[in-house]
Amino acid sequence: MNHARRHKLGFWVLFSAPMLWWIIVLLVPYLIMLSISFYSRQFPFHVPDFQFGNYLILLQDSQYWTVLLRSVKVSILVSLAAFAMGYPLAYFLAFKVQSERLRLFLYVATIVPLWVSYLLRAYTWKTILGSEGILNSFLMWVGILDEPSTLFLYNEFAMVVTMAYIFTPFMVMPIYASLEKIPRSLIEASKDLGAARFSTFWRITLPLTMPGVLAGFTFTFGLSVGDFVSPLLVGGPYSNMISNVIATQFGMAMNWPLGAALGVVMLFIVLGVITASDKLERAGRLNLG
Amino acid sequence: MTTTQMHGIATTEKLGSRRRRPIDKGTSALAVAAMSVLAFLYVPIATLMVFSFNDNPVTRLPLTGFTLDWYHKALTNPDLMTALWNSVIVGLAAVAICLAIGIPTAFALDRYDFPGKTAFRRLVILPITLPGLITGVSMLVFFRAAGVDLSLWTVIVGHGTALTAIVVTNVFARLQRFDRRIEEASADLGAKPWQTFLFVTLPNIKSALIGSSLIAFTLSFDEIPVTFFLTGRDNTLPMYIWSVIRRGITPEINAIGTIIVAVSIVLILVSVFMMYQENQKGSTR
Amino acid sequence: MAHPAGFGAERMADILRLDHVTKTFRGGVVAVDDISLDIREGEFLTMLGPSGCGKTTTLRMIGGFEYPDSGSILLDGQDVTDAPPYQRPVNMMFQDFALFPHMTVAANIGYGLKIAGTPRAETESRVREALDMIELPGMADRLPSQLSNGQRQRVALARALMRHPRILLLDEPMSALDAKLKEAMQVELKHIHDRIGITFIMVTHDQTESMIMSDRIIVMRNGRIEQIGSPTELYDRPASAYVADFLGTSNMVPVTVHRTGEEVVARAGDASFRIARAGSVVADGATMTMFIRPEKIRLGANGGDGNVFSGAVREVFFSGNAVRIDLDIGAGQIVMVHHQLDTALGDAGLPAAGDTVTCSVKPETISLFDSADAAAVAAVGGAA
Repeated sequence: MNHARRHKLGFWVLFSAPMLWWIIVLLVPYLIMLSISFYSRQFPFHVPDFQFGNYLILLQDSQYWTVLLRSVKVSILVSLAAFAMGYPLAYFLAFKVQSERLRLFLYVATIVPLWVSYLLRAYTWKTILGSEGILNSFLMWVGILDEPSTLFLYNEFAMVVTMAYIFTPFMVMPIYASLEKIPRSLIEASKDLGAARFSTFWRITLPLTMPGVLAGFTFTFGLSVGDFVSPLLVGGPYSNMISNVIATQFGMAMNWPLGAALGVVMLFIVLGVITASDKLERAGRLNLG
Repeated sequence: MTTTQMHGIATTEKLGSRRRRPIDKGTSALAVAAMSVLAFLYVPIATLMVFSFNDNPVTRLPLTGFTLDWYHKALTNPDLMTALWNSVIVGLAAVAICLAIGIPTAFALDRYDFPGKTAFRRLVILPITLPGLITGVSMLVFFRAAGVDLSLWTVIVGHGTALTAIVVTNVFARLQRFDRRIEEASADLGAKPWQTFLFVTLPNIKSALIGSSLIAFTLSFDEIPVTFFLTGRDNTLPMYIWSVIRRGITPEINAIGTIIVAVSIVLILVSVFMMYQENQKGSTR
Repeated sequence: MAHPAGFGAERMADILRLDHVTKTFRGGVVAVDDISLDIREGEFLTMLGPSGCGKTTTLRMIGGFEYPDSGSILLDGQDVTDAPPYQRPVNMMFQDFALFPHMTVAANIGYGLKIAGTPRAETESRVREALDMIELPGMADRLPSQLSNGQRQRVALARALMRHPRILLLDEPMSALDAKLKEAMQVELKHIHDRIGITFIMVTHDQTESMIMSDRIIVMRNGRIEQIGSPTELYDRPASAYVADFLGTSNMVPVTVHRTGEEVVARAGDASFRIARAGSVVADGATMTMFIRPEKIRLGANGGDGNVFSGAVREVFFSGNAVRIDLDIGAGQIVMVHHQLDTALGDAGLPAAGDTVTCSVKPETISLFDSADAAAVAAVGGAA
């Protein structure tokens, strides 16, 4: 047997079973969902079809637009909040902590919360922000409030706080990685040339960490837009997100074609954001080069 | 820091001190901000832990007294224990799938060229790129179309599919840094391909395998979006917690949460320690 | 190992034959271009050339890590062109050694025996012997990361020799070592070769190394063999300007050739040189490049034996045991002269800048090369 055939045989022995697995349990399901988005619905079932009715409903019914815009708005706010918290932390870790061990410890401490049950982290905010909750009881205990406030829970504010809290480590990780890559000599050179610290940050550090910032935004945005658990827990009945609507269509509402169409819309939003940040990063790289 | 100190020496004492003072102020402001963020990340976890020992069934301040009742209740709650056990089984089985599919996939991506490779690579990482919700829903319609009843099995397949990308990306990254010449040396010394894989390749990607298995297991243990759509009558732990907290809040959940936190921290310390050792090895090589 | 009957009567038998071997990499780069080559049993052969000349690819094809697109490789008369490395009785010492980082020194050395199913006790005793041979006893349980580069090299050597290969391949074996260690190891490796009698094929880009160690050297260029021969043959009678430039230092002087019958004379500046080995292709009036080793030029007329010429001393460089004198032989043409200082000289004994000196060089030490080729070599800038 010659080497070329050996190489080919090796490939097939190694890879035919996994390839089959990927096609059957990953590609096929995605394709089925895509095709169901073109099915029509005849209550209580759906029938195979090829029509754009489901997408038309999404386009024409303003309540879907409201939900979609709220999803995007909340996700952007979450990303911004996570950025506002994550950047200083990452910067501090990368540049200000001198001891390598302490830095490793603090970095691990930053990502440890990711390993703590997601559900419990979201749920704890409910116990903190609720009318019977810790924040209210604390404020009443110290005498700031006379009676519990309902302003903290079951609104967009609560969703942003909860998700920003959950996803901040996803912002810290890529920013920290890009900060670590910056040669210290560059910063020192800038200071040496008399640049003030803020202008060093603004002109050198921030542009060089843009890839990390973009990655962080992409992570947090994608995670927020797809999260249907936090909204259910802390968002309340009037703060539906697109993810909740999709979950409902596949659950109680039993309208799979509409749910599938919404899923396809979400898929394109997420892929769009990923592609855009990819393009931005590449453009930025060219500017720097 | 060192340059500013050098400046201090190089310029007059007055200029040096004038320069240094605002830096310290800014740095300490940054330190306070960073530590506040870190503290913020631990507020809910601390809350969880504190209230798991508080004897008031309502989670509110002030604290009323210390108790271990909630731990006792949690650990003797048969539903909770069944769900916990299910989650362990699902996690282990999902990791087995991740390794069985992920290792050969990573090798194929690293070592072979085949038509559609780029598209294939994108497909494989879709489950960690897209919201889990989409993967969950897709697999739901798939299983329904295939006439498969939802059970722990469908959850296992779902987790396996959604999390294999973790193993693929980790092992692939390791293989990219892998010195292929040690495999050549092994073949040169008479080892057949399977012997080279077993004696040389595997031991050298071990840390990537263990690391990604740990991550995959913890993610499976905590998975909601896919499980939500694929679970049948049997609950996993997150699904059980979900069903409980939708009805109301109970400190029992705090207790089980605290246990999970403790176990997670041990696992993290183990994996960080292993990563650290691996780095040490890498730097001296 | 026994040889087939009738083999190797008057000269050493060939152990390995490459027959019109060609290898093209993806992207169309021809790494090895139609190489044919016989390698003799027991010799120390070196493939020499700059990076990208195809020497490493050739070595890797012999080891089985690459496969030729066409042509064949015969080991002891058997076609091994397509055989994987684990089916060839050939072992390699890799560049940077490729020791298994997760195995101890003993496990590294014993790996080939373990794979071959050698009983454990025998493996252990042979590993112990090997450790004694490479003078690293007591290092058995170290990891490669705990060794120095020199120690790693010894371990790699022992590992490659444990299976008694028919041929040992060495890929830039000295590249990881510092200069001093390098010299010592060159001698030691040559001694090991002489002692065990296995055929060695080495790849290097270091001309000194190749000349010190090898029985034969193959100089490679752009995937082809430029010249094969013993170190002295290559040094004294290079077949091309490329080889001359690669091995040692040389004067490459542009000349005009004057031919009358068998008599060939080359003119440069005010000097003219009779050439003994010009070959028939050299035409009258041609512009060519003349090659002379600087140490073949002697100071003084030496009784008119050979070509006598004179020039003005431009500069003198003293380097302890020798001097280099740059002579202007007219029209700005500089010729280097290496003069060995065999007896202590006073300052008066050496020419100084501005002096005119007379030199001589024997006709048979001069070669003529094609000018265009010499210019190409000069443009690349002498890889040695």
